[in-house]
Amino acid sequence: MKSKELSHYIFGIADNALILGQRLSELCGHGPTLETDIALTNIALDLLGQTRTYYQYIANLSTDGLTEDDVAFLRKEREYRNVLLVEQPNTDFAYIIIRQYFFDVFHYMFLKELQKSKDVSLVAIANKSIKEVGYHFQFSGDWVKRLGDGTDESHQKAQQALNDLWVFTDELFHTSEIDKSIIESGIGVETTSFKENYYIQISNLLKEATLDVPEIQYFQEGGKQGIHSEHMGYILAEMQHMQRTYPNMKW
Amino acid sequence: MKKDWPLWEVFVRSKNGLEHRHFGSLHASDAEMAIKNARDVYTRRKEGVSIWVVESKNIKASNPDDNTVLFDPADDKAYRHPTFYDLPDNVEHM
Repeated sequence: MKSKELSHYIFGIADNALILGQRLSELCGHGPTLETDIALTNIALDLLGQTRTYYQYIANLSTDGLTEDDVAFLRKEREYRNVLLVEQPNTDFAYIIIRQYFFDVFHYMFLKELQKSKDVSLVAIANKSIKEVGYHFQFSGDWVKRLGDGTDESHQKAQQALNDLWVFTDELFHTSEIDKSIIESGIGVETTSFKENYYIQISNLLKEATLDVPEIQYFQEGGKQGIHSEHMGYILAEMQHMQRTYPNMKW
Repeated sequence: MKKDWPLWEVFVRSKNGLEHRHFGSLHASDAEMAIKNARDVYTRRKEGVSIWVVESKNIKASNPDDNTVLFDPADDKAYRHPTFYDLPDNVEHM
C-alpha cells in the first residue's frame, strides 16, 4: 500500500517531465533556428531522461512486474498526473518559451527541496536532474527577456502567451490527499514553502523583460487529478501509437 | 530573424592543459548567446571544459593568392621540422 502511494506521488513529478518532453520533441527539426532547435531538443531529451529514472523507480516499487515502458505508454489519459501547463500546445515560439520558463522555475525550486527528501532514490534523481534544470531556466529566462524586450512584435507575442498561460501556474503547487501523506512523511516536497518565492522570481524577470504581470486571480486546474485539457488525448495518441499498435515492441 | 544574427566561430578546449581548437561556427545575437548555443551545438557530449567565441568578422584570413609567398618557401626546409629527435613516450599531445 505504501509503495502505491509513493508511486502516485512520483507520477505527479515524472508525468510533467514526460509530457513537456514529448511536447518539446514535436519541435525537433522545426525550431526557429538551428541553434534553438538543438537547444529545445536537448531540453526535451533531458526531461525524458529524468522521466525514465522516475519510472524505473516506480517499476522497482511495483509488485506486479510493471516496466518503465508500461507506465510511460500504457496508461490511460485519466491516469496521467501532469499539470495542464505542460500539455498546452506549441502555438508559437513565445508560447513555447513562456510555458518553459513557468515550468523551469518551478522545477528548479522543486528539485532543490527534493534534494532534502528522506527517500535516497529521489535524492539521487534530484541531484542529477537539478544540474540540467539549472540550464533550462537560464535558457528560457534569457529568451523571455529577449522576446519581451525585443521588437514590438516579439513583445506583443510574449505578452499574449504570458496572459494565456498564467492561469496554469497555480496548479504546479497543488497536491492530492495521497501526496499530502507522502509530504508529511518527509519524502515529498511541501510546495507551498516556495510558492511566494516562485511568483517573486517570475515577476522580477517579467519586469526586467518589460512585460506586465497579469492580475488574474482565477486559475485552471485538473491535470493533477487526471482531468486534462482537450490537447492531452492527441499527445497520448501520438506518443502511445507504437506500443498500442505493436504491443511489447522494443527498439 | 536568422539573417540578422551574426556568425560566430567557436573554439573549445577539450581538456585542461590542451589548447582551444576550432570546432565550427554558429549564429547568435550576442557573445553570451553564442556561448550558450555553443554548449548546445558542440559540447552536449561532454567535449569540453572551456569555450571561446569570436565574431567571424573579426577574423582576418590569409588570401589564397598569397600562398606562394606565404607557404612555398617552407617546402624545402625539412630541417625546420623537429623530426630528428626521439620523443620520450611520456610526452603527450605532440
